Amino acid sequence: MNMLVESFQHRHAAHCESGVASSMLSHHGAKISEAMAFGLSSAMAFAYLPFVKFAGFPLIAFRMPPKAILRGMVKPFKMRFHFETFRDQIKGMARLDEMLAQGRIVGIQTSAFWLPYFPADMRFHFNAHNLIVFGKEGNDYLISDPVAEDPQRCDAENLRKARFATGLMAPKGLLYYPEEIGQKTVTPAAVLRAIRKTVRIMLGPVPIVGVRGIHMVANRVGKLDSADKLSLNYVGHIVRMQEEIGTGGAGFRFLYAAFLQEAADITGRQELKVLAERLNEIGDGWREFALKAVRMIKGREPFAPSRLAAMLHTQAEHEGEFFRALKKAVA
Amino acid sequence: MDVGDVPQEGNRTMGGHRRAMYARDVDGRIVIVPSRGGEVDETVTLQALDLIREMTEAAKARVLAGESSPLEYWMYAQRLDLPQLSQVTGFWQWRIRRHFKPERFAMLSADILLRYADVMGITVGQLMKLP
Repeated sequence: MNMLVESFQHRHAAHCESGVASSMLSHHGAKISEAMAFGLSSAMAFAYLPFVKFAGFPLIAFRMPPKAILRGMVKPFKMRFHFETFRDQIKGMARLDEMLAQGRIVGIQTSAFWLPYFPADMRFHFNAHNLIVFGKEGNDYLISDPVAEDPQRCDAENLRKARFATGLMAPKGLLYYPEEIGQKTVTPAAVLRAIRKTVRIMLGPVPIVGVRGIHMVANRVGKLDSADKLSLNYVGHIVRMQEEIGTGGAGFRFLYAAFLQEAADITGRQELKVLAERLNEIGDGWREFALKAVRMIKGREPFAPSRLAAMLHTQAEHEGEFFRALKKAVA
Repeated sequence: MDVGDVPQEGNRTMGGHRRAMYARDVDGRIVIVPSRGGEVDETVTLQALDLIREMTEAAKARVLAGESSPLEYWMYAQRLDLPQLSQVTGFWQWRIRRHFKPERFAMLSADILLRYADVMGITVGQLMKLP
C-alpha cells in the first residue's frame, strides 16, 4: 500500500522534539520555527540528576524532560493533541497506517537503537527520539527525522521495534497528531509567559536544577580524582551530553538565542535582542569548556579537574547574570 | 558562535550525515547551519564507544575462560549494561547476573533466551555463542 502526505515539508532541526513540533504545527497552518517551538515551550533548562544513570554516568540535561515541548504547544496554540499508546504492537502499527491513509502526518516516539538510517556509532538505546511519519511505500515508512538533513526510510519491522522498545521512557508505541489548533499565530503574551517560566526554572531554589545545578556539577567535577582513568570518561560524558545527545548545552543556548531574536520582534522589546547576543556568548563559553575537556582527554594538556570546575562555575555565574537580566526584560 | 565557526572538519561517527546547528550570520541573525561535526564531538563519542568496546572485550575474555556466558558479551556488544538490560527485559539484575553463569545459561528456557535476543536485536542462535 502506498501513501504519501504530499504537502508535507521536511525540515532539518537541531533537536528532535522541537523539530517535530515546528514541522507538525507548520504543516497544520501555525507556521513556527524550531527556535520558537523550543522557546515557547520553555524547554531550555539545566538539570543534574545523579540518581538517573546513563551508561553508568549521571544524567546531565540541558533541557526539560521529553514531551515537554509537545505539551508546551497546547496552551499557546489553543490546541488539542491526540496522544495514543498501545499495548498491542500489531494494533499500534495498524493505527499508524490508518492515520496515514487518512492523509495525516503522525508523530511517533522511538528508540534510536532500531532506526536503520542512524549511523552505527550513534545507535544507542535512547527511547525518547521523536520523528514524523509522512507516508508509506511498500514495506517502507517515509520518515521525517528532524535531526537528519533529508527524509529517511524505515522498514515496518524495524519501525515496530523502535516504537515498542522497552526500558527507561519506553515509547509504548506512542503516536500523536494535532486534532485542533485554535490559534495559528504566536502572541506576545505567550512569548513573555514562556520566558518567565524559563527564568523561574533557571533561577529556582532546587540545588540540582538551573544555575545551582551547574554549580553542583562544577563541584562534582572539581572532586574528580585525576589518577582514575574513569574520571576522563566522566568529563567526556558531560561533553557528550552537551554536544552530542540532542545537541546539548551549547546547542540549546544558541537555539534559545535564536528564539529571543524572534521574541524581540513579536513583543517589540528590543532588549531581548541584546540578551540574545549575550546568550550567544554564553553558548561559546560552553564550547570552550568542551574544547578544553577534549584537549585533556586527548592528552594535549594535563588533566586538571579544578581547571574544568572553574570554567563550569564561570558558566553558572554568567547564566545567573543572564537570567536575572532576562527576568527584568520580561517583567 | 558565528556561521564560520560551525565545525566542518568532519566527525567519522556521524556516517556522512550533517547535523543542524545555530550560529550568527553576518547580519547578526541566528540561523540554522548544517555541520559536518568536528574533533570535539568526535572525540567524546569515540571515547564512549571505546569504553563499551573495552567492556565487551573483557567480557569476551571471561566467556572464553569459562567464567561467564555469552549473554554478558552480547549485552555490552549491543550497547547495554546491567541496569539497562534489566530495564529493557524486565528481569531483576540479580537474575541476569545469575544468567551470566555458564551452567545456568545453558539451562535457560527458550522463552527467556528469546526475550534477551529480542531486546538486543540478535537471534537466539547468535546469543548462544560468541561471534
